[in-house]
Amino acid sequence: MIDIPAIREQFPVLHQEVNGHPLVYFDNAATTQKPQRVIDALLHYYRFDNSNIHRGVHTLADRATDGFEQTRELAAKFINAAEKEEVIFTKGTTEGINLVAHSFGRSMLHPGDEVIISAMEHHSNIVPWQMICEERGALLKVIPVTENGELILEEYARQLGPKTKMVALVHVSNTLGTVNPVRKITEMAHQAGAKVLIDAAQSVGHLPVDVQEIDCDFLVFSAHKIYGPTGVGVLYGKRAELEALPPYQGGGSMIRDVRFEKTTYNDIPYKFEAGTPTIGEVIAFKPAIEFINELGKPAIHSHEDELFRQAREGLQSIPGVRLVGQAAEASGIVSFLLEKTHLFDTGMLLDARGIAIRTGHHCTQPLMERFGIEGTCRASFAVYNTKEEVDYFLESVEKIATR
Amino acid sequence: MKPAINEIQDEIIEEFSLLENDMESTIFYIMEMGGKLPPLDEKYKVEENIVKGCQSKVWLVSSFEDGKVIFKADSNTDITKGLISLLIRVWNERTPEEILHSELYFVERIGMRKVIGSQRSNGFSSMIKQMKLYALAFQNIQHHGRE
Repeated sequence: MIDIPAIREQFPVLHQEVNGHPLVYFDNAATTQKPQRVIDALLHYYRFDNSNIHRGVHTLADRATDGFEQTRELAAKFINAAEKEEVIFTKGTTEGINLVAHSFGRSMLHPGDEVIISAMEHHSNIVPWQMICEERGALLKVIPVTENGELILEEYARQLGPKTKMVALVHVSNTLGTVNPVRKITEMAHQAGAKVLIDAAQSVGHLPVDVQEIDCDFLVFSAHKIYGPTGVGVLYGKRAELEALPPYQGGGSMIRDVRFEKTTYNDIPYKFEAGTPTIGEVIAFKPAIEFINELGKPAIHSHEDELFRQAREGLQSIPGVRLVGQAAEASGIVSFLLEKTHLFDTGMLLDARGIAIRTGHHCTQPLMERFGIEGTCRASFAVYNTKEEVDYFLESVEKIATR
Repeated sequence: MKPAINEIQDEIIEEFSLLENDMESTIFYIMEMGGKLPPLDEKYKVEENIVKGCQSKVWLVSSFEDGKVIFKADSNTDITKGLISLLIRVWNERTPEEILHSELYFVERIGMRKVIGSQRSNGFSSMIKQMKLYALAFQNIQHHGRE
């Protein structure tokens, strides 16, 4: 069992009133709140250690570089990467996908080749592939989704073929909470000779994620969705895959030697880290991972799953509430609509009671189109949420639904 | 005799003061007022009548009868419908001059910005602007005749 009040103590932002009610923060799929240790680390960096990393010989540069590389090492362990060089720091999930789509696409995609995504992808795992497919004359295929919000794997099996070069897929849907069988999907892709990218933005802070077990070629996530700062993301790639890719952006850090005749590139991970990164934020990402590691993912998941089930079952029993997505394997995120109240109104009425949820299409417009809706109300949970908060949320939804 | 624009504004301020800044009651009240807005014929719910700059869909139409501007509106969300119903309550059946010369002080006094937040505030400003544009157009027609 984990001590929720002790966890909540570590998150200063949670201790405030919104519109005269204690804040209930259920917008964790958008971004999580930050524990004090993350805030402290960020402040400490700017107060004592601020310096540009790598290539510096002075003490501060050394401290900053050391802190930066320590996060890389911990991030690698966090997802069980074989080595720390397989972890590339990005701005976030979106940049990670753009990097792979661009570098992989320019070197490996040829006219007639195919890329497979799914109907439940976030726009950031759709648009980069659309752009590169258009540029390279490749075809984008989409795995359809059932009414329950599950991938139709038979269809995926039919879509896979010798022309498939890449399968880019979300682990946990940010709109429906569906947990996709990424290990199986990866295995099927590899059998067809395709590479696999997993968008783990909504899973890595909540479920065990082991890149060697999944065997994916690339995996991306953002720090800010797992208690860390904004502006930091991780792109994991198998060493061989990363070495085979051309650089994404040119600039400092990513070079070995610059001559006007010919520039040679640095080794991974630096080859993909052009320009000065968000150093303080990367350093402050380490205590966020430590926070998760201390609690342990199994304990985090079991607590969050309890809240998720309580919310899903509770919503289901309120007349006039419709759940969007009811996958058998789902976690942490619940989407719903009220029959008589528009989703924007629902969101504002919940906010009036101090409850923060997200309303809209959640950057999954094709998925909304699949369900024939404009958007959903989405509640998403983190480890600091409580059963009492879910009770209050359900009571509030019921009040709005039955007004 | 229809009460003056400012009398109606004062009435609205009075009504909102009874809600004692309770956000939930305030929103429910706004929604309730939207419910009293006469229905807008479906034929007017077209792209060209949509007020630009609103997150929700707001259809606004106007006509000019006996020197007065008549507004009709609807929205796909109840809160937005309530918001535009407030503006219609103040400005409906007024001369273009009355509309153009009035100052909407009730918006500030009932703490609208706090209630609807910054994103919806922009939408609310767009509604006000659109209604004033209609008033201005009718004023031109009045002074210069139809083109």
